Amino acid sequence: MTATRRPTSHASHPGDEPGRPLPYRRVAQAPDGGIEAATSAVDAEAGAAGDRSGVGRRNFLSWAIAAPTLMVGTSLIAGTAHPQPADASIPAIPEPADLFDLTDLLDLAALPTSNLITITVDEAGNATFALPRAEVGQGVTTSTSMLIAEELDLPLSKVKVSLADARPELLFNQLTGGSSTTTSTHHAIRTAAGHARVRLIEAAAKKWGVPAASLTTSNGVVKSTTGATASYGSLAVAAAASKSTVLQVTLKPRSQFTMIGTPQNRVDALAAVTGRKTFAMDLKVPNALPTMVARPPTINGKPKSVSNLGAVKAMPGITDVAMISTGVAVRGATFGQCIDAIRALQVTWTAGTEDGKSDASVFKELKNAEIPLIVPKVPVLTKTIEGSFKFNFRSNSPLETGAAVANYTADGVEVWGCFKIPIVLAEDIAKKYNLAQHKVKVHVVEGGGSFGRHLFSDTALEAVEAAKAFGKPVKLMWSRTDDFRQGRVHPAATSRVRATYLLGNVLTYEQRHTSISTDYTHGLGEMLTAFSAKLPGGNYTFAQSIFVLTQTVSYNYGVTTQLLNEVDMGFNTGSMRNIYSPDARTAQELITDQIAKVAGKDPYAFRRSFIKNARGKAVLDKVAQVGNWGRSMPAGTAQGIAVHNEYKGWCACLVEIDTRPPTINRDVRDAYTGPRVTKVVFAVDVGLVINPKGLEAQMQGGIMDGIAQTLTSSLHLKDGYFLEGSWDHYFYSRQWNVPPEIQVIVMPSTSNTPGGAGEFGVAASMAATACAYGRATGVMPTEFPINHQDSVSHFKLIPNVPSTPQSPTDGLIHDISD
Amino acid sequence: MPTHSFILNGTKVSVDVEDDVRLLWVLRDVLGVTGPKYGCGLNVCKACTSHVNGKAFNPCSVQVKDIKATDEITTIEGLPATVGKDLHPMQEAWLEQDVAQCGYCQPGQIMNAVARVNQAKAEGRTLTDADFDEIRNICRCGTYHRIRLAIAAGAANM
Repeated sequence: MTATRRPTSHASHPGDEPGRPLPYRRVAQAPDGGIEAATSAVDAEAGAAGDRSGVGRRNFLSWAIAAPTLMVGTSLIAGTAHPQPADASIPAIPEPADLFDLTDLLDLAALPTSNLITITVDEAGNATFALPRAEVGQGVTTSTSMLIAEELDLPLSKVKVSLADARPELLFNQLTGGSSTTTSTHHAIRTAAGHARVRLIEAAAKKWGVPAASLTTSNGVVKSTTGATASYGSLAVAAAASKSTVLQVTLKPRSQFTMIGTPQNRVDALAAVTGRKTFAMDLKVPNALPTMVARPPTINGKPKSVSNLGAVKAMPGITDVAMISTGVAVRGATFGQCIDAIRALQVTWTAGTEDGKSDASVFKELKNAEIPLIVPKVPVLTKTIEGSFKFNFRSNSPLETGAAVANYTADGVEVWGCFKIPIVLAEDIAKKYNLAQHKVKVHVVEGGGSFGRHLFSDTALEAVEAAKAFGKPVKLMWSRTDDFRQGRVHPAATSRVRATYLLGNVLTYEQRHTSISTDYTHGLGEMLTAFSAKLPGGNYTFAQSIFVLTQTVSYNYGVTTQLLNEVDMGFNTGSMRNIYSPDARTAQELITDQIAKVAGKDPYAFRRSFIKNARGKAVLDKVAQVGNWGRSMPAGTAQGIAVHNEYKGWCACLVEIDTRPPTINRDVRDAYTGPRVTKVVFAVDVGLVINPKGLEAQMQGGIMDGIAQTLTSSLHLKDGYFLEGSWDHYFYSRQWNVPPEIQVIVMPSTSNTPGGAGEFGVAASMAATACAYGRATGVMPTEFPINHQDSVSHFKLIPNVPSTPQSPTDGLIHDISD
Repeated sequence: MPTHSFILNGTKVSVDVEDDVRLLWVLRDVLGVTGPKYGCGLNVCKACTSHVNGKAFNPCSVQVKDIKATDEITTIEGLPATVGKDLHPMQEAWLEQDVAQCGYCQPGQIMNAVARVNQAKAEGRTLTDADFDEIRNICRCGTYHRIRLAIAAGAANM
């Protein structure tokens, strides 16, 4: 607690100490309309020396906005990230990401327009807030509700968070990515909620004719010292502003949190388990009939002509057929009949953008593009440790396939779907159809997963195109097979690492990451254009900027260089629950095991002595201790350990793996079983923990991704298309791959700033699994997933013409295990 | 167009739709029952898992003509009524464990879990890790660990 917490313009209240009921908290109020207020509110603890994140100290203004009931908007008018060096214990040149990382960038980009987000308190006492982000399973509606509940002293059940429509006026501040939501929005949201609470207290004070400072709040009720109470709902109209009014509030200090940091169940859980949660395909927009697209046989082919359009239009249930830019769209009474129509269409296609390409040709292309490692000038007795690693294409398709509802009329365009950057979509539509921006309405619907897919809104653009072509509303859905073959992929990449070691020191560490181009045209690139000049070093390409902002070496490895080169723009790529980190980190941790071996050190002990940061050491120690590192294990089984730092956080993962034949040869039909991770212990420090239960869930999900990326899941490119067409081909973790034992340890908060969570669990678990596999088999794995060369033999290829397979008809004869 | 009748979540329904349309689309596109999700249409991902006469099945892979007028189809929407409550014990267990992330696969996961527990009970046994290993339902968010905990907890109250 610091002096800034105490009100400066009002006497402190006797109850001004930790615990409920909570007192009046404010700093000062400018005259009505006086938005020029010279001073501003501060986070009660942000100025404390304990905040090491570099982004904690912020100044805030918030407005009570003229409205029928209480409405408060927040502005972040000042403040910025304050780069601070990592607290390295021995000399190592700080890398850019140590100073200023992707979270800072996304955070900085969000600053100028946050003033436009508003919280409303209605006469039922509910606080409503339209979050300008997408909920795709990562839990941001829950964590945001918790922030509001905390500052407003309102039960969680009375907070209603929805997803905002596209708001072009928010500029960069409507992007869900880089695990940045909570970091970039929490101060603004808490400020607005804190201001709303102050106004409710003041309304009660006026009503009762008592000083505001004598009142307290708890559970959505204002209380007086004489026992009078007033619910927020009863004060909502009186608390409303007649004209815009600026106020400064002091945010609740961490010591008084009763909601933030407590385990809370998701606010959308009941809807999810009852089937009432509404995804894009569940929307009931009048006359928006099922619509699908017949797609080309190879990546990015285009339709040239259709020979039987009339005949297909006459098929049962079908209402419309038309060629659009990406294929042939069909609209009908049911999606099943759309599939029938796709299968009947006779279409000629242009060549694709990657025709003739295969995994082998892609890796040849990557090899040719690799930036050479520099032979370091080191003493003669220095030992060199090298490795070269291959990472295959992976699909970032969520379980909900591409989906969007669209209507195109003379009045404009209206679209519904899960869009992580809805502003770019709204702008793209307006530009493409030469419409005024206000004639394009983009509604953000909760998504059935994202994994990077919803950074792109191509499905919506297709839906608009089809709706225009048909002159009717459409509910457009991709087929599963199309999602794997024509959807987005995590780019294939190589990572080469060379380290040098002499007499107990790592002198140099070089990493050269070479990747098929990652597509940043979704708008993150646009943001970088504005801010890249401010980055240390500057002058990077978009991809190189992202790489530099996200990649660090977690250890004190002397002179460190990490470089990225990207080639081949012909694939539909994107990030996939992280961008470069899981691959780059896996290479780094495998080499770390090799350096430890050269040094004659235990992998954990070696990491412990070289790790850069006390938070890193704490998570490493935690997993080693809880996971009983170094315990005796049978041949063919082993432990692996790895760390990761990103998104203002540190995490460590300990994995136990079984690679013995009886495990590898387990027989599950239409499956790849392979080695099994039998135990995972994961420790995570994200700075400020908002919801430990949600954080644990995100780590558990990240662990499943990490295991899949090391052991089982990849796409195979052959003849210009990806062979996988079903979840029985793309071997994402299934129950038979799930570790029987998983323990996630949420470390106590180490900062006042929440870090990222959604993507954070993948890299360490992928790396630890790879390290464990290497130690169990005695051979360092160099290609990921390890089954890539073999797994294609485990499934029966679905033909690529027509693009969507027919559904089976034997669903009644299977028993439950089929 | 032929008319097809069956019992959906306890109520008799009749729909006019072609014989070969898969039941998933009859439920979702014709009847507006959207709890069962499309995840593949290939009887692989199991996101549409529902019950026919108490047994788990995948309506994406059944033609509507193969459903008899006396068949009782239960989707996630009708699950609580099978035990005469607002929520089935398995749904309560799901809430208790806070299983769902994006939630898209969860109706199918719950319907699979209920059928699996009922089958094991009929066989006079409880579910083991080996049973959990057999579950094919995809969860791309990776909630598998909590699914296992929830099934075990839900089974105890069924």
